[in-house]
Amino acid sequence: MRYHTPASFDDAVGIAADATGVTRFLAGGTDVLVQLRADIVTPDDLIDVKHIPGVRDITQNSDGSWAIGIAVAGAEMTECPALIADWPGVVEGMDLIGSTQVQGRATLVGNLCNGSPAADAVPGMIAAGATVSITGPDGNRTVAVEDIPTGPGRTALNKGEMVTAVNIPARGDNGGDAYLRFIPRTEMDIAVVGCAVNLRVDGDVITEARVALGAVAPTARLVADAATAIIGTTLDEGALAALAAAASAACNPIDDKRGTIEFRTHVAGVLAQRAAKIAYARATCAGGE
Amino acid sequence: MTRIHVNTTVNGDKVDFLADPRETLLDCLRDKVGMTGAKEGCGTGDCGACSVTLDGRLVCSCLVLGVEAEGKQVETIEGMANGGELHPLQQKFIEYAALQCGICTPGILVATQALLKKNPDPTEEEVRYWLAGNLCRCTGYDKIIRAVMDTAKDLRAEKVGGDV
Amino acid sequence: MALDNKSEFKYIGTRPNRPDGLDKVTGRARYGADAYAPGMLHGAVLRSPHAHAKILNIDASKALAMEGVKAIVTRNDFAKGLEGDDWDLLENTIAGEKTLYDGHAVAGIAATSVLVAKDALKLIEVEYEVIPHVTDVDAAMADGAPVIREGAADHSVPEGLHPNVVRYTEFGRGDLDAGFAAADMVVDRSFKTEAVHQGYIEPHACLADLGADGRGELWCCTQGHWFVRRMCSALLGLETTQLRVTASEIGGGFGGKTTVFIDPIALALSRKAGKPVKLVMSRSEVLKASGPTASASMDVKMGMTKDGKLTAATASFRMQGGAFPGAPMDMTTMLAFSCYALDNVHHEGFDVMTNRPKQAAYRAPGAPMGAFAVESVMDELCEGLGLDPIETRLKNAVKEGTKSAFGPRYKAIGLIETLEAARDHPHYSAPLAENTGRGVASGYWMNWGGETSVSLAIGEDGAVQVGVGTPDIGGSRASMALMAAEAIGIPYENVRVNVLDTAALGTNEPSHGSRATYASGLATIEAAREAIGKLCQRAADKWGIDAEAVEWKDGAAYPSGPNAGDFEPLSIADIAGEMGSTGGPITGHHDASPTGFGGSFGTHIVDVHVDPDTGRSTVKRYTVIQDAGKAIHPSYVEGQFQGGAAQGIGWALNEEYVYGEDGRLQNDVFLDYRIPVASDLPMIDTVIVEVPNPGHPYGVRGVGETGITPPLPAVANAISHATGHRMTRLPMSPPRVLRAIQGKGIS
Repeated sequence: MRYHTPASFDDAVGIAADATGVTRFLAGGTDVLVQLRADIVTPDDLIDVKHIPGVRDITQNSDGSWAIGIAVAGAEMTECPALIADWPGVVEGMDLIGSTQVQGRATLVGNLCNGSPAADAVPGMIAAGATVSITGPDGNRTVAVEDIPTGPGRTALNKGEMVTAVNIPARGDNGGDAYLRFIPRTEMDIAVVGCAVNLRVDGDVITEARVALGAVAPTARLVADAATAIIGTTLDEGALAALAAAASAACNPIDDKRGTIEFRTHVAGVLAQRAAKIAYARATCAGGE
Repeated sequence: MTRIHVNTTVNGDKVDFLADPRETLLDCLRDKVGMTGAKEGCGTGDCGACSVTLDGRLVCSCLVLGVEAEGKQVETIEGMANGGELHPLQQKFIEYAALQCGICTPGILVATQALLKKNPDPTEEEVRYWLAGNLCRCTGYDKIIRAVMDTAKDLRAEKVGGDV
Repeated sequence: MALDNKSEFKYIGTRPNRPDGLDKVTGRARYGADAYAPGMLHGAVLRSPHAHAKILNIDASKALAMEGVKAIVTRNDFAKGLEGDDWDLLENTIAGEKTLYDGHAVAGIAATSVLVAKDALKLIEVEYEVIPHVTDVDAAMADGAPVIREGAADHSVPEGLHPNVVRYTEFGRGDLDAGFAAADMVVDRSFKTEAVHQGYIEPHACLADLGADGRGELWCCTQGHWFVRRMCSALLGLETTQLRVTASEIGGGFGGKTTVFIDPIALALSRKAGKPVKLVMSRSEVLKASGPTASASMDVKMGMTKDGKLTAATASFRMQGGAFPGAPMDMTTMLAFSCYALDNVHHEGFDVMTNRPKQAAYRAPGAPMGAFAVESVMDELCEGLGLDPIETRLKNAVKEGTKSAFGPRYKAIGLIETLEAARDHPHYSAPLAENTGRGVASGYWMNWGGETSVSLAIGEDGAVQVGVGTPDIGGSRASMALMAAEAIGIPYENVRVNVLDTAALGTNEPSHGSRATYASGLATIEAAREAIGKLCQRAADKWGIDAEAVEWKDGAAYPSGPNAGDFEPLSIADIAGEMGSTGGPITGHHDASPTGFGGSFGTHIVDVHVDPDTGRSTVKRYTVIQDAGKAIHPSYVEGQFQGGAAQGIGWALNEEYVYGEDGRLQNDVFLDYRIPVASDLPMIDTVIVEVPNPGHPYGVRGVGETGITPPLPAVANAISHATGHRMTRLPMSPPRVLRAIQGKGIS
């Protein structure tokens, strides 16, 4: 295994593009090192991105949108009050990954590019409408987060391409988001189901919504029907029931050691309701201020 | 396999070693630096027995490569006491019988010290969640949590006393 | 050895700092993997990826040719012609003609680094012929199930059972039909528990150095190094005393470190390479290929009158303990009804082999499963008859003189005292929140004595050293020091307790069976008393009086009787300071297999909240009440209570071995083998009941194991009350509980 510490994205892309064997980017390493240790993946080239200037920065742009560097650890996000105020659900999703120790290393982009259907940070980003900036041998592009994972362990990134930042839209007025996951214990488990809800209200009526589910399909997914179920409502009982039904209907899970199809499908609806209530409270409370 | 010369600082002392890039910081601390206080309980970041701080940030040293320590500040359990004088957490863990077999203790102490630096007045729930990544199979956590809460209280009182 | 009937203690019952405390909070303590030797090689083990396969050929030539590889061992490098338990142990240590479970060791490598060893493993070519496997206990007993090993059954097994049933037991008394006929309510239910792992945080590790001359040294983390010595000697064809085994500090064991897995492989590699070899298991190897506990399939039937008197009880336990005989069905059957006075009772047990790792002891081995079934039925009877679960248990509780369900009459025991303390505890009458249930259960472990040897010597300054052979797994050095201090009358700090290696003492059984504080403690007191006798003799000689006329108190010799007040007392330091010129070293020694061990009963109360929408259970409050006999160091007694409860909660809620259709273990990491984390548990209240054990000078019973027996049924009873559905299967994971809530049954 060759270990590289490029000082720029161009250098990193150059190494990745020229590599002939298995290549991995190293940010927090909380997945890469586990796979290395367990002999699941031993890269021929390991590219440590943490020496690239700016990758540890959390930046709020003048339009209120956010750019999160690819080596920003979860713990650094939870120490950024302005980001939490804008996007509590996005930060919650990141914060739920692993232990305090893992939070000292794990990153949004690592969680995304690892390609796990159960990645906790991903539904929140999808619900928020986040995109990632990508650079590669053929130039730069911007891709919606929901279009990055293509299946368990697989992404839409081409050979030599890498993510350079996560872009989260400006929060804007009267919005709120939330992420909840179900695990058997209180901590340290992989999500059995994850659900993020991001919405905006006008008074007490929901005007915009995005609902994303994790761990119930080969990739985290945006569930348009679930959003439709609550748009135009005050999140009344009927809307909540429709939301749960839409969330459950969107599930295409597997039976495995972490949960059953039956259980995941049911709990997706439960979590969608609970996350929506939190997001709604945040949006209406923000509106009231 | 080409090995890389790594220069780093452990508990304030400059150290260097040759590391295969596949070797973890935990492997390097134990096998190359001679510090065996950090333990490998799982190798997957699930048990916290290998907890150290890296540039002040609590991490699992089994999830850090040795080569990543280049130019960093590493703090381990071996650096917690001030010479022969135990850190108040260490003292309290002994007094409270907050350990049985003791294999998880170094990691829990390092993690707890990081917590109290960040949050000197944690609730029981905050302590429990902060330590969720430090598995202990002997104690049921009860005496650990009590030792941490009581140390935090003592340290706060000390600080107030110092301010007066 | 009889109870002193001492009512006042100076040191016993105090809570001093443990002697190894500083080492353990500073990282100085040396555990299994913390040993290094000059010229040391690193080992790694090749393991079967198949649940059941014939080994057709092993070609290690490419691995051996790799730079840095110094030795490779396979089954051929171990003793030939072994039989019985030794053969089983060797077969489990390294596969012979077949691999019997996912993770079964096939070959070992020693190389100049861990990375070289692991890379070389990939170059060993093993040709397997995969054959059908079975991992479930009921499936393994069914017609047509793959046979793990023909002819493994012993004479106890009745005709007509599947060859995978290798042992059978059956016993009871009374008239069952009449008993059940006299009942107002009979509950007959089936239960199932999954295998769980002890989950010690320290993986097995050792450093072996064995010469071609058959003399060797072994450093390892173990609960019993004499056991390790005997097992390794047998497997390597050594004379026992030529192998010196040193127990490292031990990072948890809970029964799982009372046997060997990698130590014989490290010794074989060292012998072949001519160098020390260090071998450390990964967590995945620990979960796949150490010794988890058995899984069980059980039927329990109990009858009760409407006023709460048990009339009859039967139980059948089918248990798998992996690909070898040894599932703890003996203990399960013996202890299932141990809490209750029963005239009509019957037990049946089956030991069944499957394609899983060879089970090892786990804290009260076999008892928790039986308690789960019996205490659940007890709860259902109380619920059905509208009776209070504690009062009803009191009505049926065994006491001194009661004939136990397994035969002997009980000596002094404390079940009634724990039940009364539970009834009177504020927890039992506290209000319950919505969707929360309260569960109560009792449990028992008989404890053990076992071969024990302790040496004690007085230092020149009058301080005392005690050498014991039971590894300190949870603070036992503090307990031994307290008992020595009490016996001799010197400060706790003046006693140093060391765990000695196998060359320094006679044989000691492991720290298992809750025996260390009882048996090593008893031997420590006896050794101290022998030394006191010698100290008194030295004083008598100096004074020119009879030794019988010397009284020992508070760490000094006093002239007594007619000589009282004639001489200034001689302190232990006075006598020790002159011992070189008064007859030489002063020591005490005691060897025994003490049989006066006393069993410990416990009663637990737990409140569990169940989320009705997700089936997720949260333990809100927990109280452990247990009879310690006498708590030598109460903090570590409480610690045992709390630890046992936490492990039991894990077993009840989320821990389980998950085998796939392919017979491979699906959850071989702590991420998916879900032991309780700090945020999963509440504080665990403890009440120490003290009904002295008449078989120990200070009344010690041993407290380590009982605590894991009540939690399984207590938590199950709580969840059953919270949901209105009787939980009969462990773990009570959210999908299973949700199905019950939804009325879909228990899967």
